[in-house]
Amino acid sequence: MTSAANRRIKKLSYAKYGYIFILPFFIVYFLFSLYPLIYTFMISTTRAESTKANAEMTYVGLQNFQDLLFASTNRTANALHESFVLSFGNTLLLWVCNFIPQIALSLLLAVWFTDNRFHIPGKGFFKVVMYLPNIITASSLAVMFLSLFGETKYNPINMLLLDWGWIQEPILFITNATWHRGLVSFIQAWMWFGNTMILLMAAIMGINPSLFEAAQIDGANGTQVFMKITVPSIRPILVYTFITSMIGGLQMFDIPLLFNKGTTKDIYTKTLAMFIFERYSGQLKNYGISAAASIILFIVTAILGAFVFYMNRDKEEIAEKKRRRREAKRLKGGGF
Amino acid sequence: MANASYYKRTYGEKKVNDHYMLGLKLKSAGIFVVCVILALICILPLWIVIVNATRSNAEIVNGLSLIPSTNFGENISNLIAKEVYKPGIGFKNSAIITVGATVLSVFFSSLTAYGLVVYDFKLKDAAWTFILAVLMVPVQVSGVGFIKFMISLGLYNTFVPLIVPAIAAPGVVFFMRQYMKSSFPLEIVEAARIDGCSEFRTFFTIGLPMIKPAVAVQAIFAFIANWNNFYTPSMIIVSEDKKTLPMMMSALTADRVKTDYGIVYVGIALSIVPLIVVYLILSKYIIAGVALGGVKE
Repeated sequence: MTSAANRRIKKLSYAKYGYIFILPFFIVYFLFSLYPLIYTFMISTTRAESTKANAEMTYVGLQNFQDLLFASTNRTANALHESFVLSFGNTLLLWVCNFIPQIALSLLLAVWFTDNRFHIPGKGFFKVVMYLPNIITASSLAVMFLSLFGETKYNPINMLLLDWGWIQEPILFITNATWHRGLVSFIQAWMWFGNTMILLMAAIMGINPSLFEAAQIDGANGTQVFMKITVPSIRPILVYTFITSMIGGLQMFDIPLLFNKGTTKDIYTKTLAMFIFERYSGQLKNYGISAAASIILFIVTAILGAFVFYMNRDKEEIAEKKRRRREAKRLKGGGF
Repeated sequence: MANASYYKRTYGEKKVNDHYMLGLKLKSAGIFVVCVILALICILPLWIVIVNATRSNAEIVNGLSLIPSTNFGENISNLIAKEVYKPGIGFKNSAIITVGATVLSVFFSSLTAYGLVVYDFKLKDAAWTFILAVLMVPVQVSGVGFIKFMISLGLYNTFVPLIVPAIAAPGVVFFMRQYMKSSFPLEIVEAARIDGCSEFRTFFTIGLPMIKPAVAVQAIFAFIANWNNFYTPSMIIVSEDKKTLPMMMSALTADRVKTDYGIVYVGIALSIVPLIVVYLILSKYIIAGVALGGVKE
């Protein structure tokens, strides 16, 4: 009897379709992302004999990682190490310089826009305009800012400032390290503050309004409400923004790369992604080193990504599963 | 704001209300001014580029202006004559890659999310955990392996590595699955089964139409992301006639173009104006989509 019923249930099971539906995703993912990642791991332990695409690869163990991470007496290896440290440092510097003003501004705007006591005409318009830079091709923006702040002394911005009498001498926006880095950070912040603002607004609007009401009745002022209610309530989203922005920042590529085309002094803003890129596509071709740098980037991203993974889990579902498991245990344990 | 009741007790109803309302009004005005300044910072650089695209080199070198001039047509023909930046070819290549990748990514992500939500199978949790785990892995980390693999498959310098991998987009699957979890009634699938509808037909005629809002939002974002993609095309494409629009931007920084700034600006304008137009039409959905993507907890 039971076996017949089981057979019937099996016949009605639709599990097969589940596998069919998710199969294309996994085939393509394994082929175009996971296999290349494993392959990159393998390449990172080899060194090519020449810069030709089909050059012989010899196994060198962790030598590439050692060259990148530690100083050495060998001059070429040391130059490599210095270049890597520089690009890693630049990446972090550019990220910090764009993230701090970006999150401060976004948070301020999000608080203002969600506060019903303020009457701000054209709120919808401002949101649309502030998100606008985010959808425009980053490489176009880089060339755009490069043309405005130009490599020539008399670029549009300098001429304007000279006209107004704000400056006496043209500012060397591109050749001066501080200006150059500042501009790249500014473009990044300019592109992303609208996006961050909308995320934070959604988070703030999700806070239970009775919390704000209670604070008001208790006589809390604006700063107190912000520090004691708004920030603690949206902490998960803040952490999420922080980590995703950092992962994005580690991949910074388009803007620094094209911004550098105007000068030879690319050391100011050379990023990790550029370091990896120029070692598998430029004249400095060195697949092993490029792969090793990618793997280091992967490890850093994986550590950061672990936090996002933890936050994305379906908390209710996990709690439900735990409850069910406990229930099952209790029934078994307490059974006759 | 919050001290209103305190003031009320101390100074009397009317006066306090006036005081409080005036403070709010002043603050609102201050916020408005800040917003106007920020909006100007967002728009002005783009506007200057569009205006400069319509001005001749002599006018541009003479100084900034916010009023368009009449040189647009000439700038375009000069740009085409220079032959480093071919807007026609760039548009065509970008369009092929973007449309292909967007359609594949949205369709297969819906399929995957549907499979993960509607069916119960042994590896379901494992598959979902895997997708969450790879959500944040950037393309850069597997770039070297990807390129070498594509060379060995003979797909280097073709559009295939730029379109087909879009089938596996963990971010889109994540969004679709969360959307379906919250708003897709499984009973409707049961009902379709009872009526004798095949599983695939159920997906096409009931599943897809029901998650249309999520599909639309993700299609817009996938389109923008693919259109703006610079990294992957730069590693795969080498021949001039296959370059995408973002790749051609770097040609505008070449020395022989820089003799005429009208050309540079018209080139930039050609790549940003279509995006601005599309954005203004769809901004309502885009902004709602961004907000939706953020509400996770």
